[in-house]
Amino acid sequence: MAEVAAVIASTHHPFYYRASTATGADRPPFADEWVAKIERFRETLTKARPDVLVMVGSDHFHQLWLDNMPQFLVGKAPFFDANFYNEEREFGLPKMTLRGEEELAAHILRDGLDRDFDLAFSNELRIDHSITCPIITLRPQADLPIVPIYTNIFAPPLPQPKRFVQLGKAIREMVESWESDKRVAIIGTGHLSLELGGPRQFGEHGPDPEFDRKAVEWIASGDIEGCLAEVSLESLHHPGNATHGFMDFMLMMGVAGEGRKADHVDTLDLFHTMEAYFTWYPNGAPA
Amino acid sequence: MSKYLLDKFLYTVDRDPELVERYREDPVGTVEWWEAEMANKLLNCIDDEKTTWLAFTEEERKALREHDHVTLFQMGAHPFLTLTLFIAMFERDHGPLEYQKAYGKAMEHITMPYPDITT
Repeated sequence: MAEVAAVIASTHHPFYYRASTATGADRPPFADEWVAKIERFRETLTKARPDVLVMVGSDHFHQLWLDNMPQFLVGKAPFFDANFYNEEREFGLPKMTLRGEEELAAHILRDGLDRDFDLAFSNELRIDHSITCPIITLRPQADLPIVPIYTNIFAPPLPQPKRFVQLGKAIREMVESWESDKRVAIIGTGHLSLELGGPRQFGEHGPDPEFDRKAVEWIASGDIEGCLAEVSLESLHHPGNATHGFMDFMLMMGVAGEGRKADHVDTLDLFHTMEAYFTWYPNGAPA
Repeated sequence: MSKYLLDKFLYTVDRDPELVERYREDPVGTVEWWEAEMANKLLNCIDDEKTTWLAFTEEERKALREHDHVTLFQMGAHPFLTLTLFIAMFERDHGPLEYQKAYGKAMEHITMPYPDITT
């Protein structure tokens, strides 16, 4: 059976690529510290020696649209082109093409349906920065095949937080029941408190530092029960109007498991939002 | 009121570089053209399979014609779509992050709970 070599949860800040590649007067003052943290984070994946990446993210109204909106969708295709014109325009993100791992995608679709997750699928999916940002930070050579899994954290009505946790637990079990000798890293990205297009956007830090502090503690300690007791679809409006992206972190807590402390925890307080990076090694830290 | 149609306008303009420029330069003409030609286009179907019932209210037309992102927010248009498109149109006229901050400041009188964006 396949082995889960690492579980990784991260924010996906679209400005990292531009900040980290900028030079001279264009380089922001926080870039060096940010790059150093990302390089340490990247090493946690490299050390796990993955063969395949399951990538959990959320389309930002790029390919998925309100005339036909899936709640959870698995990409099953031999290749995934990536990044859209408006991401190139706003964030300077490059166009990319990633290989797909169709056998694992097919297994997750079949097994997921049989576990009562009515997963949608796409055989021609162009992925966006929720998946390419962690490729850029964690595996910039972009050389491993992926299985993208999209969640709807963006277009209400949304699934409940507990459903994200349940799907995370199921993804872990489904990867571990895949008949393969491959080493799989499961990587998911979301947000802490975040405001987009509202009065609290682009402040000196994230819109709700107290929520961010609690969120990091829930994730780092694997406190799914405590998190679910406080977080609801209604409560997530308060820390910032885009904070429902935190449910992708909750999904990753489900992948990591109740009470599982993260092996790597790091944060960076940036303008606009707090960055947060977590790695778990289900079978012990690699040498 | 159709939050869906406002979102459809913002979505279809934001993803198309020519339409972004056209809406920046000629908002009145672009909104009129878009409602006549695009509002009822079903995006995943051929042109003949048109929707028959989508139209803006006068208030919606006015907010779009006037590039009024504050009113769009108050109408429940998806704030990510509005922000992304408006940054594309107007960030270039400002210093770093200046436009984004002014955009937020223009909404500082808006309190929680924000308008519902459910479509």
